This record gives sequence, structure tokens and C-alpha cells, in this order.
Amino acid sequence: MNELKTKIRVENFNFYYDKKHALKNISMNVPEHRVTALIGPSGCGKSTFLRSLNRMNDLIEHTRCDGTVVVDNVNIYDEAIDVVELRKKVGMIFQRSNPFPKSIYDNVAYGPRINNIKEKKQLDEIVERSLIRAALWDEVKDDLSKSGLALSGGQQQRLCIARAVAVDPEILLMDEPASALDPLATTKIEELIHELKEKYTIVIVTHNMQQAARVSDFTAFFYMGEQIEFDETKKIFTMPGKKQTEDYITGRFG
Amino acid sequence: MPKNQLKKKFRLGEVIAEKVVTIVAFFSLAMITLIFVFVFRETLPIFFSGNAEVSSVPVQIEQQETYGDEGIQEVAMQSKTSSHDNEGIASFDNLTGTTWQPVSGTPKFGIVPLVLGSFKVSLIAVLFAVPIAILAALFTSSFAPKWAKELMKPAIEILAGIPSVVIGFFALIVLASLIQNIFGYQYRLNAFVGGVALSFAVIPIIYSITEDAISRVPRSLTEASLALGASKWETALYVVLPAATPGIFAAVLLGIGRAFGETMIVLMATGNAAMLTASLFEPVRTMSATIGAEMAEVVFGETHYNVLFLIGSILFLFTFVLNAIAELFVRQRMMKKFQGI
Repeated sequence: MNELKTKIRVENFNFYYDKKHALKNISMNVPEHRVTALIGPSGCGKSTFLRSLNRMNDLIEHTRCDGTVVVDNVNIYDEAIDVVELRKKVGMIFQRSNPFPKSIYDNVAYGPRINNIKEKKQLDEIVERSLIRAALWDEVKDDLSKSGLALSGGQQQRLCIARAVAVDPEILLMDEPASALDPLATTKIEELIHELKEKYTIVIVTHNMQQAARVSDFTAFFYMGEQIEFDETKKIFTMPGKKQTEDYITGRFG
Repeated sequence: MPKNQLKKKFRLGEVIAEKVVTIVAFFSLAMITLIFVFVFRETLPIFFSGNAEVSSVPVQIEQQETYGDEGIQEVAMQSKTSSHDNEGIASFDNLTGTTWQPVSGTPKFGIVPLVLGSFKVSLIAVLFAVPIAILAALFTSSFAPKWAKELMKPAIEILAGIPSVVIGFFALIVLASLIQNIFGYQYRLNAFVGGVALSFAVIPIIYSITEDAISRVPRSLTEASLALGASKWETALYVVLPAATPGIFAAVLLGIGRAFGETMIVLMATGNAAMLTASLFEPVRTMSATIGAEMAEVVFGETHYNVLFLIGSILFLFTFVLNAIAELFVRQRMMKKFQGI
């Protein structure tokens, strides 16, 4: 683990919904260009943790947090941090695909346009590159003006990935990206995650333990707001260090 | 299980409830149809007996009523020189004329100034109301802290509940002087004052429907945009507003309909002179105010009466078309486009 460069360093991170202590003293080093999976039963705080990494939780009222989350040597909870800039660097894919009610082209071009890229030729390039990266280009290249909502569920989710990579993030956060998809579409997304880690650091929340085992290099097991174990995926799934982890993985609770 | 346990049972209460609901629903439909039929029936005599007999008031110059002194001589002169033309009856020429003098010796039923008046006042009202209402809705749904939202939404919706006569009264006493002091024009009551006052009645309608439309935009879209590094304002402008467009369009159409049909405010605040002028700062008379002001004093079944019903029909058709557009175009076509089905 030492030879890997740390992309996100989390130290003593606590998060509260009003009075509920949702995340307790989380510390973790997320390695660069690797896939880190967050597993655990519903309500264990893994999604909350994921959303803390690009400060999406700021949008929820009556929440607070302490501790530090350092991305590339910058504490993202520092008061001087511009959240908008942070989110360009840390992209997010949601559980339910949520393309805008716009054309495929406009969906992907949305981020670049917000960043003041106006030139048609440049936009065309970004759209093509992003769709290729999201493994969707071949399926949609002839019909980029079609509504993003007219695509199938799996295609929509890949469109969302294309949209996220179009702003050139360094980190991709995925919140159960395949949970609403059929097995075939899931396989495609998983293959895609495998390719994407060449370029991005990926953190993925999943309910599906086989999926965690298949796609991730590292796995963190969360339970009741605490991080029980964090290690290489291989190790977590073959010889977990903690009894609780073993119980969860073997399906004895959760 | 005994066989008759599954036998069909007759549930009297359910049958009665179902019938009552059905009857009430069809009753309201019947009411609307009957109003429709009545208004158009009272309009019809204009078109089917377009000759001099329709006008039951004999032209007697000595007894005529006019709105102003100068009118007496003018009308007297006209009726002497042209006693055999079409004035006084609701011919097409007379109806499309530019003078509205329904109770003069030779009545003139030119509805053009009234139609123009309605359009003018409504346009002013809508131009004021649309930006204010949409921005307010955007503020309360996307930017306002919770307490401000909880304060503003009911406050604006209470505005919809203020009786229009109160708004008219306010416009007549307070707003008219205030605006006159600012712009310094000649007539205290005019189209502009009426339009501004009318916008008070239109704002809550547009606001409330727009707010609903914006709130219905899925939170996931807002989150997707914010997660891409768009600011709150960019998200509101490029994602939320476009996604809410069908609803906002419907809101504006309904607002126009309300502005067009509203009577009391314009009756009180516009000065009520049927003048054909392009100026915004001169008095106007709208179609609705004309009906409101004259229907009570008109001779039943007489041409003037029929013409007022014609005006009513025009108003009816106009709002009907607006609502139809809102329903058909917005619900079916735009929803498809913006929700991509």
C-alpha cells in the first residue's frame, strides 16, 4: 500500500444530521488511480461519507461535520475553498441515472459550457471524447440530438458518466451506480469502471458484495457510522481482520 | 370455503356514493355548457337580424342621452345628414367602428377601442407580473432559506385572495396618485395605472403555478448540475427553469386569461373612456369593464344588450382558447419535449 500515492486523506471525520451522529471518526487514505469500494448495510453511513468527499452534504440543512478531508494536500472543508471548483474536480455519479431533459449532446456539453467553453469545434471534441470514455459513443453517435431520457437505463447511466468526465475531474464518486440496472447493463458499467481507473481515482458505494469484489482494489466496511475495516479488497474478502466484517461478507447479518 | 361467500354482493352505500359523485361532476359540466349556450344565444340576434328593426329605440334627437355635451350637437348633426345609413344598428361596419357610444341618439357600437383597451391593459399587467412572479418563484424554490420560503409563499398566495375591489380601490386612491407623481402625465386614471393594479391580481396566479412547476423539477437534476461544478444560479437558469418551462408557460397563459377577464380592478383604475389611442397614459375602457358598467342599465333584448353579450362571447372565446392552448400544447407537446418521453 505504501507505493501508492494517496489521493484523498480523511482524518477523524465526523458528520452529524441534526443530533444523529452519522459518521464516527472516519480515517482513510484513498489511493490514486484505484477503485475503492464502500460496503455495509443500509444506513451505515457509506453514502453520507461519499457525499462528504465533494461536499454535496452542504445542501442538506441542519448538518455539520468536523475533521479533515484532504484532496491533493488541500483540506476541502477549509473556509477558503470554493465548493463549485471542488465539485469540478470531484465528479459524482448517482444511484438513479439523472440525465437532464436535454439532448445527449447538450447533456455532455453542459459542464464544459458552464466552464465557458463556447466554441463548437472544441465542444464537439469534448462530447465525442467523453462519450467514447463512457463506452457510449458507438451506440449514440448517429443521434446526438436525441433526448437523453430516451435512452435505456444502462445507457442513461453511462451518459451520466460521460457528463461527469466531460469536465475533466480527477476523482469520480459513484453512489450505487448499477443498483437500478439489469445484469447486462451492470456488467458494462463494471467493465467501464475498470477502464476509468486508468485516468481517475474512483470511490464507489455498493450494496452488492460481488460487485465490490469484482471492481475494487480496496474496500472499506462501514457499520453504524463507524469504519470497521479498510484494506485491500483481496484481503477483506478472503481473510477479513474483524469478526464483524466476516459476518457481513458471509451474509450472517446486514 | 362455502361457495356463497364469494358470491357478488350488492353494496348499496357504494353504489349511491358512486352515482352522487358522477352526477355532481356532470352537473358542473352541464352548468358550463349552459352558460356557454346562453351567452352565445344572446349574441345571435346581431348576426341573424342585421337590419334596422333590431334597434327598438326610436331616434329622437330631443331625448337623446350622451356622455358629453359636445356629443349632443355632433350626433344631432350626424343624424340629420345621414338618417338612412347603418348607424344605430349592430351592422358589421358599426361593430368594427372606432367609436363606442351605445346610448347616444344613433348608437355606435364600435368595439375596436374596447378590444384594444383590453389588450393594452392586459399587456401592461402581464409585462409587470411575469418577471416579478417568475423571479419570486425561483427565489422561494431555489435560493431562499427555509424561513423566508415559509413566509413568502403564503404571503403571495394571500394576495390572490384579496378581493379585486380592494385592489381596485387601492389603485384608485393610492397607486394612481403615486404613479402620476412619478411620471407626471395628464390623466390620473389610465391604462398604465390599471395595468399595474391588474398585475397584483395576476402575480399570485403566475407565481403559484410557477412555484409548483419549479418544485416539481426532480432534486436529482439539481444535484447532478451542482455535482458538475455549476453554481446555484447556473443550475437554476440552465437546468431548473428549462425543466419547468411547460408549467411556467401554462402559468403565464392562465395569468393572461385572468388579466383579460378581470373586471373590477380595471373598472376602477383605468378611467373608463373608450378612447382609441396608442398611448399608455391615457384612459381606456376594457371589454370586461364595459360589460360590468353597462349591463345593469341596458334595455333587455335591445341591440346594446346583444352587443354586450357579443363582447362577453369574445372574452369567453379568448379565455377558452388560452386554456385550450395551455392544456393541449403545454401538457402534451411541451411535456414530451422537456421530459423526453
